[in-house]
Amino acid sequence: MFGESRLILGTGGAESLAALEAAIVASGTELVTVALRRVDAAGPGLLPMLDRLGMRILPNTAGCYTAADAVKAAHLARDAFETDLVKLEVIGDERTLLPDGVELLRAAETLVADGFQVLPYTSDDPILARRLADVGCAAVMPAGAPIGSGLGISNPHHIRLIRDSVDVPVVLDAGIGTASDAALAMELGCDAVLIASAVTRAVDPARMAAAMRHAVEAGRLAFGAGRIPKRYHALASTSDEGRPAW
Amino acid sequence: MKVIVNGATRDVDVVSVEGLVEQLTTARRGVAVAVNGEVVPRSSWPAAQLRDGDRVEVLTAAQGG
Repeated sequence: MFGESRLILGTGGAESLAALEAAIVASGTELVTVALRRVDAAGPGLLPMLDRLGMRILPNTAGCYTAADAVKAAHLARDAFETDLVKLEVIGDERTLLPDGVELLRAAETLVADGFQVLPYTSDDPILARRLADVGCAAVMPAGAPIGSGLGISNPHHIRLIRDSVDVPVVLDAGIGTASDAALAMELGCDAVLIASAVTRAVDPARMAAAMRHAVEAGRLAFGAGRIPKRYHALASTSDEGRPAW
Repeated sequence: MKVIVNGATRDVDVVSVEGLVEQLTTARRGVAVAVNGEVVPRSSWPAAQLRDGDRVEVLTAAQGG
């Protein structure tokens, strides 16, 4: 669904199409988000560039505050981009941009019935994540922290609980600020991360995109490798056996 | 005939959604249309007739996370 890179890049926040293109290439992503906006405001060039790079499109429903609006936006996106994938966003308020769980679940249910592959941007609430999976969402995408905050993963325990409580892929979405946040998400067992601002608003977006690519790969490897348990006292790595007596 | 296109009133001499879209953009892929809040699928654009006072949204891909 999200490709071998396990990194979905959000295209919002880039200063120019050229900067965005460089970041996309450096990130190794195969799937990028786009929004739908009025043609007179959107400007040309984004879609041709993404097509040229062979990107798959994940349309979002950014800016929707009700289930009804988000459902409509999803249908428009499907018509525009000829994809059943949708990043479902139903925002609760402008200050936090955190999801409205009630409206989100309602929209998800409708869109699943309409044949969409729904990837909901949700909070880090394990119960809501499970409810979203139960109604047939193709993945769940919990926020590590508010969109654009760069605060990292506020509650890693909940992200792990979400991983344990759903059978669909978990994508850490929102909050990532730097490479170590992306690595942590993968170490917690997330299947992928979705990163926008941390790359597009970095001083050097392409370099940060490369950092994220390596971080995701490192975190995934570490998760698969099985980390040592944490302990409160030391455990010598050098054996006492054969120690000389002075 | 006057229709409201993307929030601005326009005098149009076309009668179909297809004709209106052609005036706004040469792109086809990545464009979606709603009339009075209802999605008009691309396949219906040639047949969909505009009426005086219709509110039309013509949308396309924009950068967004």
